[in-house]
Amino acid sequence: MCLAIPARIVAIDGDNGVVDMGGVRKEISLSLVEDVAIDDYVIVHVGYALSKLDPEEAEKTLALFAEMSAQDSLLQ
Amino acid sequence: MKYVDEFRDGALAQNLAASIAAEADADRSYSFMEFCGGHTHAISRYGVADLLPANVRMIHGPGCPVCVLPIGRVDMAIELALAHGVILCTYADTVRIPASDNLSLLKAKARGADIRMIYSAADALALAQQQPDKQVVFFAIGFETTTPPTAVVIKQAQALGLKNFSVLCCHVLTPSAIANILESPEVRQYGTVPLDGFIGPAHVSTVIGSRPYEFFAEEYRKPVVIAGFEPLDVMQAILMLVRQVNQGRCEVENEFSRAVNRDGNLKAQNLVAEVFELRREFEWRGLGLVPYSALRIRDGFAEFDAEKRFPLGYRTVADNKACECGAILRGVKRPWDCKLFGTVCTPETPMGSCMVSSEGACAAHYTYGRFKDIAVVSA
Ligand code: SF4
Repeated sequence: MCLAIPARIVAIDGDNGVVDMGGVRKEISLSLVEDVAIDDYVIVHVGYALSKLDPEEAEKTLALFAEMSAQDSLLQ
Repeated sequence: MKYVDEFRDGALAQNLAASIAAEADADRSYSFMEFCGGHTHAISRYGVADLLPANVRMIHGPGCPVCVLPIGRVDMAIELALAHGVILCTYADTVRIPASDNLSLLKAKARGADIRMIYSAADALALAQQQPDKQVVFFAIGFETTTPPTAVVIKQAQALGLKNFSVLCCHVLTPSAIANILESPEVRQYGTVPLDGFIGPAHVSTVIGSRPYEFFAEEYRKPVVIAGFEPLDVMQAILMLVRQVNQGRCEVENEFSRAVNRDGNLKAQNLVAEVFELRREFEWRGLGLVPYSALRIRDGFAEFDAEKRFPLGYRTVADNKACECGAILRGVKRPWDCKLFGTVCTPETPMGSCMVSSEGACAAHYTYGRFKDIAVVSA
């Protein structure tokens, strides 16, 4: 029951919001997060946004995977 | 899908696998526990274990909220619905858990109990507003991720002055379960736990932050790497754990920095602290009684506590004696070491906690890995 995917906020009305999850729209609660805006990605769990995704940190993590593959190809 | 597909890239997975293989010291073995059921699911579903060298082993932890829910609590929910005639709202995952007297919430429903599967705690509250002449009880289970939503609806029910809404609170805490795995009396009984480090939960950590794990790193000398739920996240975390072990470090590192910081979600934490307090002890399926490992509703919100509103008692129900979940959850045994695995005990007829949901160790192995290790013999 813990599986969840990042969702993009497409509408905000007070503590309520609508997110897009790969084309599927869903109403969720924003009452547990602060400072969210349209187009932010949030982690949604049982109908509540739990945290905002930080795009810069996501890039850094992806870069980490790529960096290592560069290292590996040097070794090969 | 953004933030999903990039983290499932097969070529990068092979590269990470190569790095792990290159950096893992062939002269030693590594055992890491992924605490969380979400990680167990990712590891099984994407075959992460097959990409690891033989000396790097993953142990499936107890972090599946459906699996650790003791039968006695499900019995209470069934009693509420059958004997007290309430509308019982529950997350869908709980309805198939086999309870006492050959019942489950689903079977109780077939007997006429009013059981509603809901997606969100807010649905339960809405139902109570629509049905003012019925008592509505929300069967609240889960770790730190589902607790804040329950706190929200209890506060809303109070603000609305609802007289027909209450919560059967079964929320449990991740850090206490990790501590139990490392130091309970059973650890002595089962022998040393061969654990070299933990993959820390993804979503739980968005709420509680990375700080609570610092204690384990220091006190028990175990490295912890918090990881996201995608397969590359898990592999990167394994690589980071291998490095920590190799370098003799025991630190908390955060692979899931796109969603987790050190402090976590303070708004959610404050709400939880306002509505809930620690229970002295709580029974976990597979782990037994764990001190200070669960929450109950504070006195200020007593009228929304189903355990106070209805005459309900808790009774411990033992699992089948042959069930090895206790040892499996502590990394001492594996699913196929259990005599009941795949014969008497299957996802349709679970005998123990690890088989209950697809995130449990035995169920994940049954679904994705059952035939993998069986040698093919030609007739
Ligand atoms: S196979 Fe079933 S009975 Fe055996 S340890 Fe797993 S859950 Fe328990």
